[in-house]
Amino acid sequence: MASGELTSGAYIKHHLQNLTYGEFPDGHWGFAHSAAEAKEMGFMAFHVDTLGFSFVLGALFLFFFARAAKKASIDAPSGFQNFVESIVDFIDENVRGSFSGKNPMVAPLALTTFIWIVLMNTMDLVPVDWLPSLFAAMGVEYLKVVPTTDPNATFGMSIGIFILILYYSVKEKGLGGFLGELTLHPFGKWMLPANLFLEGVNLLAKPVSLALRLFGNMYAGEMIFILIALLPFWIQWSLSLPWAIFHILIVLLQAFIFMTLVIVYMDMAHQKEH
Amino acid sequence: MEQSILFLAGSILMGLGALGAAVGIGILGARFIEGAARQPELIPMLRTQMFIVMGLVDAVPMIAVGISMYILFAVAG
Repeated sequence: MASGELTSGAYIKHHLQNLTYGEFPDGHWGFAHSAAEAKEMGFMAFHVDTLGFSFVLGALFLFFFARAAKKASIDAPSGFQNFVESIVDFIDENVRGSFSGKNPMVAPLALTTFIWIVLMNTMDLVPVDWLPSLFAAMGVEYLKVVPTTDPNATFGMSIGIFILILYYSVKEKGLGGFLGELTLHPFGKWMLPANLFLEGVNLLAKPVSLALRLFGNMYAGEMIFILIALLPFWIQWSLSLPWAIFHILIVLLQAFIFMTLVIVYMDMAHQKEH
Repeated sequence: MEQSILFLAGSILMGLGALGAAVGIGILGARFIEGAARQPELIPMLRTQMFIVMGLVDAVPMIAVGISMYILFAVAG
């Protein structure tokens, strides 16, 4: 990875390539050694770095929060327990504000979404070359440490949310009610094609915008970090420090927006107003 | 030739996205300041709401920035 002849374009492209495990054209399975090879692997290839980092961060979050819950004490709460409690209160407040139905799954869903995305996004604040060089010493060629810069990760989450929206819409309104809403709003039944088109676009825009909003923000942020990393070392700090501080805000804001929209979509799926 | 068109495409994409985001957030900020001038005691709440709506207004321009960065660096090189 660190070689004297590396051009800036090649450096950027190297940092934008995921660790892809898939089937080569001649039939054997292995890690791709270049971007062209990764593309040839097609759809059924795995981005091992995305899967690995998102799994590890999710497991860490679950382990620590579960431990705080098990060791919770009323008389002498530890610092970490206070921290976890304040986060749970924050999520609770937000869910109460936006969700008017009756579903015990929504608040834990919001908590998981928020904390997991915050953890994944915060990986962007680790200096660009640290983890890739560490892994390169162990023989891993490409590494992208921020799972949310991979559209596969963000679409994975938003498609999961979409499935939940469809499931709860049908469960609360019945299949007839749900289809009726799609075909009879906002105009009457004589404009059924127009209704279906408008409502269909509205329905599909939800997971697509959810995924791409998070992806676009994180990809652009990471890209700027990579570009700043190309500057000589004596001027890097003047740019990377303000950008990193601004990026902390973006990290938290995007996770919060994702969570708020998940709660609002769940609320819309539970409403039986019409 | 193809390289130049890709560069142009990425730049136009980002430029128009920036235009939309700037106008939208400008209007949003103006309303926030107006509201803050009317009721200074609500400033913390209004500020929170402003950031939330800013995240939503920024969504499609941010998607455009993400795609344009991809075009400019990963496709056009």
